Amino acid sequence: MGQITLQGVHKSFGQLDIIKDANLDIEDGSFVVFVGPSGCGKTTLLRLIAGLEDVTDGRILIDGKNVVNVPPAKRGLSMVFQSYALYPHMSVRGNIAFGLKMAGLPRAEIDSKVAAAAATLNLTPYLDRKPRELSGGQRQRVAIGRAIVREPKAFLFDEPLSNLDAALRVQMRMEVTRLQKQLATTAVYVTHDQVEAMTMADRIVVLNAGRVEQYGSPLELYERPANLFVAGFIGSPKMNFVAGPPADQHGAATIGIRPEHLRIAPEGGGWPGTVSVAEHLGSDTFLYVDAGALGLLTVRGIGEIHLKGGDRVWLSPDPARLHRFDKEGMAIRQ
Amino acid sequence: MATQQTQVLARGLLTPAVALLLVWMIVPLAMTIYFSSLHYNLLDPGSESFVGLENFRYFLTDPAFLASLQNTLVLVGSVLTITIVLGVPLALLLDQPVLGRSIVRLMVIAPFFVMPTVSALVWKNLLLHPVSGLLAWLSTLVGVTPIDWFNDAPMLAIIMIVAWQWLPFATLILLTALQSQDEEQKEAAEMDGAGALSTFIHLTLPHLARPITVVILIETIFLLTVFAEIFVTTGGGPGLQTTNIAFLIYSQALIQYDVGSASAGGLVAVVIANIIAFFLVRVVGRNLEA
Amino acid sequence: MARRVTVRRMVVSTVAAWFFGGLIFFPILWMVLTSFKTELEAFTVPPSFLFFEWTTENYATVQERSDYFHHALNSVIIAGGSTVIAALIAVPAAWSMAFAPTKRTKDILLWMLSTKMMPAVGVLVPIYLLFKNLGLLDSLSGLVAILCLGNLPIVVWMLFTYFKEIPRDILEAARMDGATIRRELTYVLLPMAIPGIASTLLLNLILAWNEAFWTLNLSTSKAAPLTVFIASYSSPEGLFWAKLSAASTMAIAPILVLGWFCQRQLVRGLTFGAVK
Repeated sequence: MGQITLQGVHKSFGQLDIIKDANLDIEDGSFVVFVGPSGCGKTTLLRLIAGLEDVTDGRILIDGKNVVNVPPAKRGLSMVFQSYALYPHMSVRGNIAFGLKMAGLPRAEIDSKVAAAAATLNLTPYLDRKPRELSGGQRQRVAIGRAIVREPKAFLFDEPLSNLDAALRVQMRMEVTRLQKQLATTAVYVTHDQVEAMTMADRIVVLNAGRVEQYGSPLELYERPANLFVAGFIGSPKMNFVAGPPADQHGAATIGIRPEHLRIAPEGGGWPGTVSVAEHLGSDTFLYVDAGALGLLTVRGIGEIHLKGGDRVWLSPDPARLHRFDKEGMAIRQ
Repeated sequence: MATQQTQVLARGLLTPAVALLLVWMIVPLAMTIYFSSLHYNLLDPGSESFVGLENFRYFLTDPAFLASLQNTLVLVGSVLTITIVLGVPLALLLDQPVLGRSIVRLMVIAPFFVMPTVSALVWKNLLLHPVSGLLAWLSTLVGVTPIDWFNDAPMLAIIMIVAWQWLPFATLILLTALQSQDEEQKEAAEMDGAGALSTFIHLTLPHLARPITVVILIETIFLLTVFAEIFVTTGGGPGLQTTNIAFLIYSQALIQYDVGSASAGGLVAVVIANIIAFFLVRVVGRNLEA
Repeated sequence: MARRVTVRRMVVSTVAAWFFGGLIFFPILWMVLTSFKTELEAFTVPPSFLFFEWTTENYATVQERSDYFHHALNSVIIAGGSTVIAALIAVPAAWSMAFAPTKRTKDILLWMLSTKMMPAVGVLVPIYLLFKNLGLLDSLSGLVAILCLGNLPIVVWMLFTYFKEIPRDILEAARMDGATIRRELTYVLLPMAIPGIASTLLLNLILAWNEAFWTLNLSTSKAAPLTVFIASYSSPEGLFWAKLSAASTMAIAPILVLGWFCQRQLVRGLTFGAVK
């Protein structure tokens, strides 16, 4: 069982508030991703759950029990660090077995669990090597192995893929998700990469400057962002924001339309603009359009669109996909 | 940042070291201050009397003090100059591609690890002895009368011994600094058309400015209290010619048994050292992230 | 080097380096050579460099006539004892400053270093009198205590720098893995810190072995280490150059070997981090 609840969690260093009043309910077995820009507090929040930092105020409940005064060693959680943090003087086997050794399990049981974890992660041929003899991807798997072998209540991941190269990252993303589903253990995963967040998560927590902006499934965040920040953070390329007369027309202070929902209209049928840069990827075309008073708008089209820099173009937003925001930046719902 | 529990434990673990050093600092110093205000001679026990600042007045106006101060400055200044003026080129040389570089390094560093009493006696007897020493023999080869170092130029002899011992220190520090110099910066200079000399003057020397400062400060602190070499060769003489402040205090304390005066002298030494230490701590502190 | 070094540069550098290196090392070399000469040979002019009758009689007599090993043992006890005790006090202190730093940690560290900068001669008088009254003059325990206190700041400082180099997240991983603080220390920190601890101990062993102020002033014979023993050769009662050389060679040989391994630590330990 790995249900985690945060109630009124607050963390400050002296005058600086790092986390302001976080309230979250993480269901047992779900994969929750903390995402946000640098410095938003996502890693701090993870470390508060882990017990590596003390909360200034609030409660953290694991399966209903408040663990705020419980040391990390006793919370029954596992963490995978960004730098993997493997014990350099121990072999792979030693690294994976360490937690079980600390728990005082009998030797035979430790050996079999380590063997099982190694098999799951394809580490069996490397069991007697030291970390410095392994590649980045292998070290990462050892770090994961160390985490899963203890059968914790929840896994905590601190940007585990950011030190890997792009191809490996995509592959490991799938492996981590598959593993989590297979083990059905709660996972809390921190990343700054919103693509990772969108592809891996059951639910996403978007953090900004210590505040939880929205907590919902990837699709919810995409289709119904709660405010300007979430709307601009989720989705790549970023959502286009327009203020002024077109916004007033829709009864909002700002309207937002995603690049993929901006249509190229026939001449005269929309917002006029000039193509500033056109990027042709074959599979998609990205147009950066200078729309005068409306600013620089990004348009994403499927397949090839035969436009180039300097061309005149008219853009029309799909009305069903238009987002409206009031002057505080909060979304206006129908 | 550590959690609450580790903070509490940490404070406890730090206490023994801090407490011991505190006691080590305060108790002897307090006693020195106390003794410096007494007229107290170990040969005449029971006659202690309070004389306030008279010991300081006596010590500071004693011609022996002025002589020792001068000797100290000469010793420290000369050794600093020699070790740095020779240390920089030596470090540059060791930074070059030299065959058998590790062995050369070992040879250059060795003198620092020789105990001061051994260094002093080897120099005094085997090298500088006016009849059978090696330098004497070399002088006769070129037709120059050998110098009786410890009678005619004792300070120079002491300077040679101490400089020999500290040259490795300066060289090693400067070599370390040279090796941490940014290669890319030098390559950029080369692309910009700078020759070896220009690179040295405009890039290397400024880079070395800081380590040289550190060497100066640290050597000064340790050179102020040169003792063993003097103790074992000249005993401060002839007369006062090789008495530095450290030796003067020693001779007052353990030869003349004048505790009061020696204590006053000790405090003077502490004050001088503190001035240097102040600057050194500033330099170290800037580099420290705790 | 990505580029070829000219042969000329290498030859010039090599010759120059060996020449000056040899010049600097020469006194030590000369001393070692002298130790294998007879007393007469040692004193003769012109001196012979290699072609003399090599003898080991000096090494044999140094022990017989002056109880060399007694003093060597003292050196070992004093240097070893003071270093080990300093380490026992310093390891927890350095741990606490490296892993649980507070706002005042930097100041405390700098203060500790400043105690090393205090001139020993400034407190010669009270220490001497204290030792006299407590009967600690010419005692091993007295010397061990003084040298321990003298080197403590450097030991703490060096251990601090080595501990700081241990990545914090490896220790946190141990905590997450269920290790108590004690187990975190024994299973993870100490094994990783062993090389650093070893070099610190080595350097301070050398500094204590070579210490020639307190040893000269606070001991005479019973507890006198090698520094004092060699100093006794300075009295001009007959010329024992060859024996002096033999005794000196034996006194410094182990330290030269250890010192070779300690070069990097020397920079780290004695520049207090101001040079990297």
